[in-house]
Amino acid sequence: MTDIREVIVIGSGPAGYTAALYAARAKLRPLVFEGSVTAGGALMNTTDVENYPGFPDGILGPDLMDLVRKQAERFGAELIADDVLEVDLKATPKVVKTADDMYQAQSIIIATGSSYRELGVPGEKRLSGHGVSWCATCDGFFFREQDIAVIGGGDSAMEEATFLTRFARSVTIVHRRDALRASKIMQDRAMSNPKIRFAWNSEVVEMIGEDRVTGLRLRDVKTGAETVLPVTGIFVAIGHDPRSDLFKGQLVTDDDGYLLVEQPSTKTAIPGVFASGDVVDRHYRQAVTAAGTGCAAALDAERWLAKENE
Amino acid sequence: MGTATKAVSDSTFESEVLQSTKPVLVDYWAEWCGPCRMVGPVLEEIATEYASKIDIVKLNVDDNPEVVRTYGILNIPTLTVFKDGQVVKEIVGAKPKSALLRELEEFLV
Repeated sequence: MTDIREVIVIGSGPAGYTAALYAARAKLRPLVFEGSVTAGGALMNTTDVENYPGFPDGILGPDLMDLVRKQAERFGAELIADDVLEVDLKATPKVVKTADDMYQAQSIIIATGSSYRELGVPGEKRLSGHGVSWCATCDGFFFREQDIAVIGGGDSAMEEATFLTRFARSVTIVHRRDALRASKIMQDRAMSNPKIRFAWNSEVVEMIGEDRVTGLRLRDVKTGAETVLPVTGIFVAIGHDPRSDLFKGQLVTDDDGYLLVEQPSTKTAIPGVFASGDVVDRHYRQAVTAAGTGCAAALDAERWLAKENE
Repeated sequence: MGTATKAVSDSTFESEVLQSTKPVLVDYWAEWCGPCRMVGPVLEEIATEYASKIDIVKLNVDDNPEVVRTYGILNIPTLTVFKDGQVVKEIVGAKPKSALLRELEEFLV
């Protein structure tokens, strides 16, 4: 058992580290659970971040997170690279448990982010690690001069496809619709890349291969016709799901698992519990918006604590 | 690189991994891999805590194409356990320490 903290931040990434930075500067001695392997959040799997204000030449996602992390530490945030396994948000003080320890705090800021979504088609699990990947920046290297596919139509799919052309002979973007969700600049970049092709209106039916990927079975959503795209690598970029399982039964979510807050604040239904970043945000999902709500959560917590401790 | 884990290469793989009498966990990694940076410190801890049970070594995929090709590595981080020169376990992707300990249990007791 340790002392009772003013604030515990669960999660890292732009939201968690920014909340920690603001809470530390407010002398709230934040304790931050970064997660043992998720520290830094979704940006750790990206390459160049070109739209974070203040970096005119872009910055690598992992480098950006290192900087914000250091900035939070400079003002006294205490970082723990461990996973939170259980919480009791309604208790006073609130309780946070890891595998080995228990911690207590008056207030909690949640910034657990999101995790990759799987397609849920036959072959996907079996071939994961054998040609099926969720991290282009990690695995693109292994697909030199090969034909590969990227599944998805959003910004991440465009970014991954464009990145993968550094290695691959060809990249086919497989998308269920006939138009992309991605921002104009990312679309243009993908569409003007001579190595990138598109399979429009195409739904993935199966990932094919014995002990490694040899192809992708696609169905045309308009005609129902099935085809096989011969590829040796498949990168899945169909979006994310909020990481809110830890709070099930304690906090209210919408149908897709996003935590609900009293917008425009970061207050949840439980006094002293605040939520920020991608675990709340189904609309914007940007590093800068996550940092913004992380800041708001720290300010909300600061005000709530001031009242509570009057 | 930490002190509890050791680097292996194409040329030392045979002696350090395949001929080892102890189980050896090989961490395939690279500088440019974000999740590898995250799993590295976790492996350092496991290597320290279970030094008598298992050796943990790191193979840089940029510098050692032969081993990467031989074992068909397509994702990093990949963690592979070798026992008596054979692959007996493969874990793909960065996972929390608790999950890794669970998956490696049989080699740690």
